[in-house]
Amino acid sequence: MDALIQAFGLVFDPSVLVVILLSAVFGMFVGAMPGLTATMATALLVPVTFFMPPIPALGAIVTATAMAIFAGDIPAAMLRMPGTPASAAYADESYEMTKKGQLNLNMGVNLVFSVAGGLVGVVVLIAAAPALAEVAINFSSFEYFWLACLGLTCAVFLTNADAVKGFLSLFLGLLLATVGIDPSAGFPRFTFGEVELMQGINFIATMIGMFAVSELLRGAVTVRDAGHVVVQQVGDMFRGLGAVWRRYWFNFLRGSVIGTVIGALPGAGADIAAWISYAVSKRFSKEPEKFGTGHVEGIVDSTSANNSALGGAWIPALVFGIPGDSITAIVIGVLYMKNMNPGPTVFTENPQLIYSVFLIFILANLIMLPLGWAAIKSARQMLRTPRNLLLPCILLFCIVGSFAMTNSLYGVVLMLVMGLFGWFLEEHGIPVAPLILGLVLGEMLEQTFVQSMIKADGHYLEFFARPIAGVLGVATLLIWGVMLARGIMRSARR
Amino acid sequence: MSAPRSSALARRTLLAASGGLLALPALGQARFPNRPVQMVVPWGAGGGTDATARIVAAMLERRLGQPFNVVNRTGGSGVVGHSAIATAAPDGYTIGMITVEITMMHWQGLTQLNPESYTPLALMNSDPPGVQVKHDSPFQDIKALADAIKSRPAGTFKASGTGQGGIWHLALVGWLQAMGLKGDHVRWVPSNGAAPAMQELAAGGVDIVTCSVPEARAMIDAGRAKALAIMAPERNPMFASVPTLNETLGINYSVGAWRGIAAPKGLPAEVAGVLVPALKAVFDDQEFKTFMTQRGFGMIYADPQGFARFMAEGDRAMGEAMRGAGLARG
Repeated sequence: MDALIQAFGLVFDPSVLVVILLSAVFGMFVGAMPGLTATMATALLVPVTFFMPPIPALGAIVTATAMAIFAGDIPAAMLRMPGTPASAAYADESYEMTKKGQLNLNMGVNLVFSVAGGLVGVVVLIAAAPALAEVAINFSSFEYFWLACLGLTCAVFLTNADAVKGFLSLFLGLLLATVGIDPSAGFPRFTFGEVELMQGINFIATMIGMFAVSELLRGAVTVRDAGHVVVQQVGDMFRGLGAVWRRYWFNFLRGSVIGTVIGALPGAGADIAAWISYAVSKRFSKEPEKFGTGHVEGIVDSTSANNSALGGAWIPALVFGIPGDSITAIVIGVLYMKNMNPGPTVFTENPQLIYSVFLIFILANLIMLPLGWAAIKSARQMLRTPRNLLLPCILLFCIVGSFAMTNSLYGVVLMLVMGLFGWFLEEHGIPVAPLILGLVLGEMLEQTFVQSMIKADGHYLEFFARPIAGVLGVATLLIWGVMLARGIMRSARR
Repeated sequence: MSAPRSSALARRTLLAASGGLLALPALGQARFPNRPVQMVVPWGAGGGTDATARIVAAMLERRLGQPFNVVNRTGGSGVVGHSAIATAAPDGYTIGMITVEITMMHWQGLTQLNPESYTPLALMNSDPPGVQVKHDSPFQDIKALADAIKSRPAGTFKASGTGQGGIWHLALVGWLQAMGLKGDHVRWVPSNGAAPAMQELAAGGVDIVTCSVPEARAMIDAGRAKALAIMAPERNPMFASVPTLNETLGINYSVGAWRGIAAPKGLPAEVAGVLVPALKAVFDDQEFKTFMTQRGFGMIYADPQGFARFMAEGDRAMGEAMRGAGLARG
């Protein structure tokens, strides 16, 4: 209880509130600009948060990402260009609705269900994280090994078309994770005598490169094509919402729950949550033939889902230090910088900080309503920002951010190299998200495996000897077995 | 080799970013320091080394009237940060906190750097290792644990606390050798530092953690772990109920993880003449003492000559211990 009161004091400090407000505006802008993602918003905040105390730093990230995921809906509805990948699933549907002359209702639904979905995600986070932490305090290297395995399995969600390309990307990530000091023998690997490489491949610099710089490269190629769009003014967006609520409340609940769960799965975030919940909505709809013609039903599901995924993603990040999505992958780095090492102990050692994060989450979702309204109203001006001015500014932030991660030019060089590499991969249809997952989980996988083998004196069965480890291990092997069997059956049928 | 060049560039970038433009060469002849000083810390923000460096930096700033910016250069088991200090220009504007690892890493073949690569300025702190077990461990005092270790076959017990060949690993090896056992009688499980090792201990993954008591404090305060002894000549006033190895087992073995301030080799005498008295004044300041005592950190001061002797002695002892434990290379 004490911690909760402390948390209120920490959050409702004027300077923290100003940071939250500013980052909300920043998040709205980044989210509404096609090509700039919520992950990028987080990456751009890294250099700024570096100089802040923990609460405003986390508040800035929480708020900016929540706003960005909603704001991505605005250009999706108006220009058929999703502002963030999380709005891609229903951008067509949303644009069709606008063409039918329902832009007002469309924007209202997106705003209100984003807020409500976000709140569901937060409630689950608040309820589940401390309870899970109680369990996780008893986790040893065996349990963490299986969690890392399960986490890597989620690369399946991050691969849309070609499984081979997904695996290629994942294994590249695992390979990059082996650079640096060998976690068991304590000896350098793949460093080529270069001192800076002994710290390994910094994954935040890598992420900034792969998600931001590669996008900038794409943007630079098409800089002249964008921006000649006339956007109409939005009127009263709250009319007719009551009817949508009454008719589709179940869709809202289903979308939020699916979103939270997918957010909590390692690596899979808001964009995948939106795709899956849109698909589920269509599959179980009474009028699936209306999907794709500007039908509001699928939008309710998926716009709730992508915002609820944000809260969900923080669950494994806080409890196990395993990121739920690419945003929380960066957050974990920030937590370490702020001496809030994620793990079950953070809930007992720094409960006031955890409660503060929860409060900021609620606050961010609440102020999304007025700010989102303002963003929709000013969409016309916002979407006319010239990209040839915007892109260089972003590159500048990327450079500062990656410098801040290593305090040396190593981070900057790494970020630029990874940016080029990520661009190259994506141009060849190889998704970069599995690579990030492999890079983030690679060290945990290797270290917990070696630790477990030492503890078990080399007996593999020890991996199943502890009750939770046994359950996790059997579940992992079953999932792999089912996936393998389905793959074989599919190729046999062909 | 691009490492020295890139760190020189990095320094320039940082300077420009922190508004150091004001202090460019025109003022060159003024008394040191006339622009911000960078203090490199080879370990991560939030840890004990970082905390100590930050309080020292803040107090130096007040004394010398220029910002002392703490810059964490982490990774590579400390090699990255120690290299950054050693390879910086010896002008006093880059100094750093060096730690016990500088007497260990070169024996492991991780780097060429050794205590000779620096201009020592002041030794500030040293923490002895403790012996921690789970709160409900069957061994409730150090005697019972030591007897059990001796009577069971090698490999029965597992211990952790840091990476392979790290200071707390050597503490365990030294303790076992002092009891007449082999250094690997208790198996070492390498970890990413003291905090994850304490988590393993609480989860029942390992039996013993030999990190320092301040590092184990969070888990001890949460009632999930217990400190049985410290490997030091005398008790720590902050944890007065924890006995020393000497008074319980009659083993006079002590080792410590120390931290001190150093500059690159070849620091001009007039710059050292400013920094050394300032560091001594910081160490004698009540504020520093209060901070260190609250954290449970041990305080030990040595002037440049004393610090150099201390490191040379420690370097030799570490070399012997690591060769004895089979941890040295080459």
